[in-house]
Amino acid sequence: MSKKALSKTTYQIPIGPIHPALKEPVQFEFTIDGERIVDVDVSLGHVHRSIEWTGMHRNPIQVLYLAERICGICSYCHPMSFALAVERVAGIEVPERADYLRVIQGELERICSHVLWAGVAAHEIGFDSVLFFTWQIREEALDLTEYLTGNRVTKAITMIGGVRRDITPDMVPRVKKSLDFLKANFEKLRKIYLDDKTFKMRTQGCGVLTKENALKLCACGPTTRASGVKKDVRLDQPYFAFDNLDFDYVTPDVLTGEVNGDVYDRIIVRLLEVKQSIELIEQCLERMPEGPIVSEPKIPKLLATLKKVNGEGIGRMEAPRGEVIHYVKLTGQEFPYCWKVRAPTYNNILPWIPMLLGEQIADIPIVAASTDPCMSCTNRVAIVKDNNRSYLDKETLHKLSVEKTRRLMQ
Amino acid sequence: MSEGARLTPEEIIKSFKDIFKTDIKDDRIETHKAGSKKTQFTHIWMCIDRSAFKDAVKHLMKLEKYPHLAVVSGYDMGETINLVYHFSIYFSERGKELSLNITVELPKSEPEIETITDLIPGALITEQEKQEMLGIKVKGIPKDKRAFVSDDFPKGMYPWRKDETGPGKMVRNLHEVKE
Repeated sequence: MSKKALSKTTYQIPIGPIHPALKEPVQFEFTIDGERIVDVDVSLGHVHRSIEWTGMHRNPIQVLYLAERICGICSYCHPMSFALAVERVAGIEVPERADYLRVIQGELERICSHVLWAGVAAHEIGFDSVLFFTWQIREEALDLTEYLTGNRVTKAITMIGGVRRDITPDMVPRVKKSLDFLKANFEKLRKIYLDDKTFKMRTQGCGVLTKENALKLCACGPTTRASGVKKDVRLDQPYFAFDNLDFDYVTPDVLTGEVNGDVYDRIIVRLLEVKQSIELIEQCLERMPEGPIVSEPKIPKLLATLKKVNGEGIGRMEAPRGEVIHYVKLTGQEFPYCWKVRAPTYNNILPWIPMLLGEQIADIPIVAASTDPCMSCTNRVAIVKDNNRSYLDKETLHKLSVEKTRRLMQ
Repeated sequence: MSEGARLTPEEIIKSFKDIFKTDIKDDRIETHKAGSKKTQFTHIWMCIDRSAFKDAVKHLMKLEKYPHLAVVSGYDMGETINLVYHFSIYFSERGKELSLNITVELPKSEPEIETITDLIPGALITEQEKQEMLGIKVKGIPKDKRAFVSDDFPKGMYPWRKDETGPGKMVRNLHEVKE
């Protein structure tokens, strides 16, 4: 506990390891002066599962399925980044059709993730009817995922050198039907999130991350783009078929003409990206050439090739929450010598500190949620005031947030 | 994001070699292609001597004011522990970004490296992670405590080591682990 915390004017509240707005357990220790946050400390690792270590004792094909289990929401980005890294080390060429199919899966995942996040954000500030409405829309995207991959969450679509399932011409109408549904509902979502007065009151000027801080702290994904940094691996260093598709960086000034780097701006970026993803999938369906979907369909042969490979490489992808990067070192053995996974949240933890400084306790849920779309069900917060420990459970913290919204509405 | 003129990958390596001379080894430029337009993108790899590493990062910051440090990877090579710093520069423009991967070899007898958090504050978590996973010492790290490994994990055991300080034996004999 820092010296500051022991003075009479400030007190500390630890939040987490199970946090109201995060699926992954993270612990915050806030130093509070009255209602204002004056210091933040973050501690991690409450759910470290040694996946990298395990991966160094599995062959590359097994690692694909292991990587899928790193995150339930980015269950496509992780194995795919690993596959990209391995393909670059081994010099495996991916068929053109597979490149387009990979884009479709990636963008579909982005839609699911961003819409899920939008629902969580609404819930955090007390709009549960909006939560249900948004998740109803997400359900359509999940149904489409199930139609294309056979699964709703753990998709098992990735293969080194391509993908495992094709989209045949008779499947296209069903895909288009879902896309039309998403497009039709997008306008409703836009109105709720961007034009609603209460939404604006709770999110504008709240949890600000300046452009300079975003760059210094190496933030990534929508978090950094909402602060005006044009950083998107899809455009910076195009992979898959992204170089053939028409799209551009999404920063909040596209819509409002200015960048504030607040929670509202992060909502703008994510919502516009949902629309962008729908358009990208449509472009892919149009432009996809005929051809094979995987370069080497025989897995034992592929494994035998990979066993002889020596070298190191990186695979980078723009996941819904930001850049995913995998480093792989192969040394001519059955298992990778080194495998390092970097998920986007890893880099978006430090930016929380400038975002939360000066905010109120009631803003913690929405600010913390604004970088990341996950949400936990059991939460507990302890308040230490004059060395007396009292606990705030998740419901109380959520109630504080809802009450603030109500106050603003009056 | 860069304000000055953008250098080509060859020029970048040359600019490093002009300053650090023999401290730069094993440099290579990898070009990969993507999509049906076969757009090329470049990954630069180089190995820098530990003594020149921090100055090399400072030099990198002249090329790009805020280089993006994605993460630091690391592995145990027996005699040495190698760290790989994954930077990206020249982002914000379509297809122009370069990935710069800098490898630093640390002898196992003295696995120490200077912190770069004073230059790039975003490096904190990944430096903490390297300390606990590989048993290296980052000199001058502002927050010298464990980030991911729990506090009750045995001291002196480093999960990514491949020698006797690695967790191999512990994992096989979990029934013997007390506490």
